[in-house]
Amino acid sequence: MASPDDLTGENAPLYAARKGVYPKKVDGPFRRFKWAIMGITLAIYYGTPWIRWDRGAYAPDQAVLVDLANRRFYMFQIEIWPHEFYYVAGLLIMAGIGLFLVTSAVGRAWCGYACPQTVWTDLFQHVDRLVDGDRNAQIRLANGPWTFEKISKRAIKYLIYLTIAFWTGGAWIMYFADAPTLTADFWTGQAAPIAYATVAVLTATTFILGGFMREQVCIYMCPWPRIQTAMMDEKSLLVTYKDWRGEPRGSVKKAEAHPGAFGDCIDCNHCVAVCPTGIDIREGPQIGCITCALCIDACDGVMKQVGRPRGLIDYCTLDDAATEKAGGVGKPVMKTLLRPRTLIYFGIWSAIGAAMLFSLGQRTRLDLAVQHERSPLYVQLSDGHIRNNYTLKLRNMETRPRRVAVTVDGLKGAALWTEAGSRETAGQRIEIALAPDSVTRVKLFIAAPGDGPARQDFTIATRGLDGDPRGDSDIIQFDRPEADQ
Amino acid sequence: MADKKRIDEATGTSTVGHEWDGIEELNTPLPRWWLWTFYASIVWAAGYVVLYPAWPMLNSATQGMLGWTSRGALDREMQAHAERRAPITSAIAATPLTDLPAKPELMQAAVQGGAAAFRVHCVQCHGAGGAGVKKLYPSLTDDDWLWGGDLASIEYTIAHGVRNPDHKATRVSQMPAFGRDGILDAAQIADVVSHVRVISGQEKPSAAAARGEVLFQANCAVCHGATGAGDRTVGAPKLTDAVWLYGGDRDSLTATIVQPRNGVMPRWGHRLDPVTVKMLATYVYSLGGGEKAPAPAPTSEGQGADGQP
Repeated sequence: MASPDDLTGENAPLYAARKGVYPKKVDGPFRRFKWAIMGITLAIYYGTPWIRWDRGAYAPDQAVLVDLANRRFYMFQIEIWPHEFYYVAGLLIMAGIGLFLVTSAVGRAWCGYACPQTVWTDLFQHVDRLVDGDRNAQIRLANGPWTFEKISKRAIKYLIYLTIAFWTGGAWIMYFADAPTLTADFWTGQAAPIAYATVAVLTATTFILGGFMREQVCIYMCPWPRIQTAMMDEKSLLVTYKDWRGEPRGSVKKAEAHPGAFGDCIDCNHCVAVCPTGIDIREGPQIGCITCALCIDACDGVMKQVGRPRGLIDYCTLDDAATEKAGGVGKPVMKTLLRPRTLIYFGIWSAIGAAMLFSLGQRTRLDLAVQHERSPLYVQLSDGHIRNNYTLKLRNMETRPRRVAVTVDGLKGAALWTEAGSRETAGQRIEIALAPDSVTRVKLFIAAPGDGPARQDFTIATRGLDGDPRGDSDIIQFDRPEADQ
Repeated sequence: MADKKRIDEATGTSTVGHEWDGIEELNTPLPRWWLWTFYASIVWAAGYVVLYPAWPMLNSATQGMLGWTSRGALDREMQAHAERRAPITSAIAATPLTDLPAKPELMQAAVQGGAAAFRVHCVQCHGAGGAGVKKLYPSLTDDDWLWGGDLASIEYTIAHGVRNPDHKATRVSQMPAFGRDGILDAAQIADVVSHVRVISGQEKPSAAAARGEVLFQANCAVCHGATGAGDRTVGAPKLTDAVWLYGGDRDSLTATIVQPRNGVMPRWGHRLDPVTVKMLATYVYSLGGGEKAPAPAPTSEGQGADGQP
């Protein structure tokens, strides 16, 4: 099979078939770290929707809930309304800068450990090993004829794939509705069609991307490896084969026969065998390397067996690689991590986070938005007064019913009433009951004497009448007919 | 060109063989699954072309085996929408108009429905917000009504219109053309104008106004009332307030007395279904000038000549 890297000659194919990747089982600190990350991320993904959070009678009790139907986003004690979507935008910016930070410090750590594509591929490769056996057995089975054993093993494997994929798709929709209710509805056929469609699509994508596409996603489909290339510099940590120490390669026997002629690499190909994207790290940094560090574990194990120091393949910056090649000693890892660039990224990242937390603490949960009706701008009343109409949008963002007062300031002789009242009952202020966690729209009529400027600014304010007097106000115009009319 | 194909040393990849001022392109092959995806898209497109309208012909496009049309889709959506609205529509139909304000949710739905119908049928004259047009069409947002501002009166006006020919139940009133028909001469009209401007508080009492009052009592009071308070049963506007349909300045008032406009409004009772008329009434009522239903008066007085409220 031709790979993109060894195309030669006139008859080079236009399309490259996927080269099978059968990573070998490996153990070591990085593998155990990857296990831990996989456990944590999968637990967060599958488990979060089932965490309960008591918000009282008027709001859902799911800790993390994206309530699209009612346009609410709940995250523990934080509730985001659509007009506060900048918090979500802020989170996305933090995620972006976080990726810059991680990439500039430790290279493609996201790709190697935490990216869903990596985590699920890792999970599916464990399934491969569980059903088909380790690398060699997998290769034998893949190349072998379609015997009963192969068919039954494939059937079992794909069934497990499908189960995981379905579970993955099923967990996704739990973030968008009350999880226990939705689960019951889902199995009794009462959930919304979009729920079934979403599960079907995500089951299919998980099955295909995790079960079959795997490293092809990273190499061909994902834009992030390309972007990361721009984020990394000579001080970013990379999984590096230290060729100055390893080359020329030779077996232990040869090295014993010719002391000093060979490097530390015994050309055992362990690093290639364990690679989940099927590359040879000894060819140098390349786009296929997701820096999962499994080759470090593999190589360290071999070095220990042959009694040579660990770290022939190791995390190393380009700067350190040059230093070590010249016979020097690389900088300690902490010095690599803490440098102006990463600190600036971290500063920006945490400043945005702190600013958002601060404004979350400061935001009032009673919000007033006033719209001046423009058609007509003013209404001539029969007694010579002028009436203007306004639409008030009162947002009660607390999960309790509230009672608020609406008053005006800066408009002489103003009388207020709503659709529920009339001019006879109009007064200096109105009281409105607000339903919990909702927007109340009120049509407000304000009448004022006709003698005054054609357009004047005044203030409409609202405040709570139930203990919490904080509120909101809006400056708006009052229009009168021009003098010559 | 093709003979320049060579292996690029740095990458080990062959070039495509073309060269532009020294710039060459590496021949990096696409993955094969990409090709499959491309073929799958072609199959999908073929199916789509057969099932859905696709090829443009002279007069129309090919029909497609599913028979799907965008008009058909719209019809289905409209149908589904009407079905969704049916419970509210029937509830509004079943509730007497005057009981609607007591049921806020139903009233709100009716106002919204009325607003939609208003935008289709009424804005041409009365304007998008019901403010009317100065000196042409009355404002529906103020507190001055020619024919009454309670729900029942508004509904009646919408259903039967104003000065509709060939419709017995229509709202009708006719102000004589005092000037054109020579009932009053120019000086007398000027005196009446002075009086009207005095009772509406726009001028100070004068000799002309005093002369005008005598003329007013003789010619105008029968409809507009002795004090100029108007009479809604005949659509005679109140002359003492600040709201003027055709203008309250001297020129406008003179023009009105010389030759009144006697504006016309179409009747909607036979064009729109009763629920829509009802909803329109609630919308107009909600614009700010809606009045409580008048206290029930003796039947002979409480209703107009033709049973008009």
